[in-house]
Amino acid sequence: MSTGLANGISPSFRIQPHPVDEVGIKERAARLATRSIKKSSKVEGLKLALSMIDLTTLEGADTPGRVRQLCAKALHLHSARPELPLVAAVCVYPTMVRIAREALKGTPVKIAAVATAFPSGMNPLEVKLEDTRYAVGEGADEIDMVISRGDFLRGDYGRVADEIVEVKKACGRAHLKVILETGELGTLDRVRLASDIAMEAGADFIKTSTGKIQPAATPEVVLVMLQAIYDFHKKTGKMIGMKPAGGIANSKQALHLLVMVREVLGPDWLTPDRFRIGASRLPNDILMQLEKERTGVYQGGDYFSND
Amino acid sequence: MTEATISKGTDWGYAPAPESTDHIRLKERYGLFIGGKFVPPISGKYFKTINPANEKALAEVADAGEKDIDRAVQAARQAYEKVWRRMSGRERGKYVYRIARLIQERARELAVVESMDGGKPIRESRDVDIPLSAAHFFYHAGWADKLPYAFPAKKVSPIGVAGQIIPWNFPLLMVAWKVAPALACGNTVVLKPAETTPLTALLFAEICQEAGLPDGVFNLVTGAGPTGAALVNHPDLDKVAFTGSTEVGKAIQKALASRGTKLTLELGGKAAHIIFEDATIDQAVEGIINGIYFNQGHVCCAGSRLFVQESVEEEVVAKLKSRMETLIVGDPLDKNTDIGAINSRAQCDRIREYLKVGVEEGAELFQTSCAVPNRGYWVRPSFFTKVAQSHRIVQEEIFGPVLAIQTFRTLSEVLEKANNTPYGLSGGVWTDKGAKIFKVTRGIKAGVIWANTFNKFDPASPFGGYKESGYGREGGRHGLRAYVELS
Repeated sequence: MSTGLANGISPSFRIQPHPVDEVGIKERAARLATRSIKKSSKVEGLKLALSMIDLTTLEGADTPGRVRQLCAKALHLHSARPELPLVAAVCVYPTMVRIAREALKGTPVKIAAVATAFPSGMNPLEVKLEDTRYAVGEGADEIDMVISRGDFLRGDYGRVADEIVEVKKACGRAHLKVILETGELGTLDRVRLASDIAMEAGADFIKTSTGKIQPAATPEVVLVMLQAIYDFHKKTGKMIGMKPAGGIANSKQALHLLVMVREVLGPDWLTPDRFRIGASRLPNDILMQLEKERTGVYQGGDYFSND
Repeated sequence: MTEATISKGTDWGYAPAPESTDHIRLKERYGLFIGGKFVPPISGKYFKTINPANEKALAEVADAGEKDIDRAVQAARQAYEKVWRRMSGRERGKYVYRIARLIQERARELAVVESMDGGKPIRESRDVDIPLSAAHFFYHAGWADKLPYAFPAKKVSPIGVAGQIIPWNFPLLMVAWKVAPALACGNTVVLKPAETTPLTALLFAEICQEAGLPDGVFNLVTGAGPTGAALVNHPDLDKVAFTGSTEVGKAIQKALASRGTKLTLELGGKAAHIIFEDATIDQAVEGIINGIYFNQGHVCCAGSRLFVQESVEEEVVAKLKSRMETLIVGDPLDKNTDIGAINSRAQCDRIREYLKVGVEEGAELFQTSCAVPNRGYWVRPSFFTKVAQSHRIVQEEIFGPVLAIQTFRTLSEVLEKANNTPYGLSGGVWTDKGAKIFKVTRGIKAGVIWANTFNKFDPASPFGGYKESGYGREGGRHGLRAYVELS
């Protein structure tokens, strides 16, 4: 059985099904969570995780002031620790890209914009493409698109793939992250299939969730997607990036993610260019842990800026 | 962004995370546990038990002779006649529950000592051996006052004094498998642990003291083969239970042939582990790893013969190699260690001999590239491809981290190969098709067959073999049968 993708995108576009055993995946993910990360490897791991964060604000109530504040946080994580790495990017709505652009000018922090009728994707393709072109025009370096879950769940995989291909074209030089919204896909088999379709259609990154739906980046979903990336690399030589997002709030989760990447994909993926973590609360928890490792005591939450 | 501008990955790894041993207080010398007390052996002879990961001696342990065995059996006989057989099931159950709880309370200590004495990674002793040992006592404690319900319309009575001999691969867990049902059913015990791993059994004797178990209900005699032989040959045993090699099992069977002593045997295995092309490959690879490299392959039910359907052989072997390279081999007490030390020098030599034999027979050997410590006994995770049914590495139990991989084309072919072995302890099958699972599980003659998983144990599930893998079951309602008389 193969899932031929229609609509003339590419005649060689065929995806082999890769069934996933839910019990087995959960066991493996749980086992990887028992890795003991202490002392120097904890400090190094947390710094690495910081450098991979897409610092995110995606609220209807976002204001230019709030976005500027977020960008300031991206550039000054903690005044007591200027040597810490910067986060990889900030992630905002298209209308906020210009604000972020100004705030981050001359810095290595990238700007990611969600597009394609985020978070539901319930708009016609033309609107989604226009959304994308607008965000890129405003200065986004990276586009986080959502797949059409309706089309996907209906079995219209060709349409899902076509859309990704078109959005990729509209991105121009911007990087494309494809959000699968795994919390709406229902099974790990579908998570795997959606990952394969997204990679075949041109995703630079595959991303678990919008952050608007629960469950989001569960360990088993992340593991399935990492294995899909592994297989795609073996098959095509292309190294696709991974971005878990949604509900990743503490250091332990971040280290667990790094362990999974390390043991499934290897050190080549332990770079912000191939692994990102979408989060808003995570940086402060990491800072708190790093300060604890440095001073031996936990500091109160109010010693870290909330932005 | 082009490939050239992408930053190089980070070589982030795990710092050593050793489990603390500060809280371990081992005695310099351990006596025999007879009649509720630790006593020196009559001969005054002791032997050393060593840590296989660094070859350092951990403690001295008594070498029990015939006279010691006789004392132990007499103590067990007295306790049986005067106390234990007369006690109500509910009262017996209380003691067994107490033992279970004490194992939980001392879980950390037991796990660390298990890893020090036997070489298995602390992750396994902590997460598998010790919790399962406690679970076996809890499970059987529950049966103690409900035995008539296990065997409806029968009168249930204990057998008497049981002599039990256990192996070195799961030292405390095997104590639990043997002792828990025996005590719950009203029998008394003389147990002999393996000579390379006696320490957790000795700590278990302390636990029996702490639990206030009546003197003589549980007795422990340490020593090597001759001690075991003396135990088996003692005329006052009503029952012998043995887990270990098929060779010794046959010798015990001969020794007991002319006697009325009841016998259960759990012996070797050479399990077929079958991967069909429609399997969930990534999880199947995990299953293979878990099947053969769990506990350094020192597992009688290990999935040591792998059969991969030819269309996915390349993928499975490639993924297996890459997964094996991530296995962390080394210090058993490091919490990140996946593969620990080989249990003893003798076993290490035996495994290395098989590796040589495999290559000489023309099979192709793969071993992971990891470094292993200089001291201690180590074998890197290994597998052979290009092997045939006639090879010794396929026919004989290696009891180490060595897998033999063969391919197959059809279901009937793989069933024939799977059954073409003197053993019949376990098996495994991976397929996404439910119907195929049932065809395989019905087609293979083995005591336990796992589907889409491997090496799963539960006290409620009976375990045991066919053919030269032994007879009798341990665990579950079936396991009780080996420790009761029905009339």
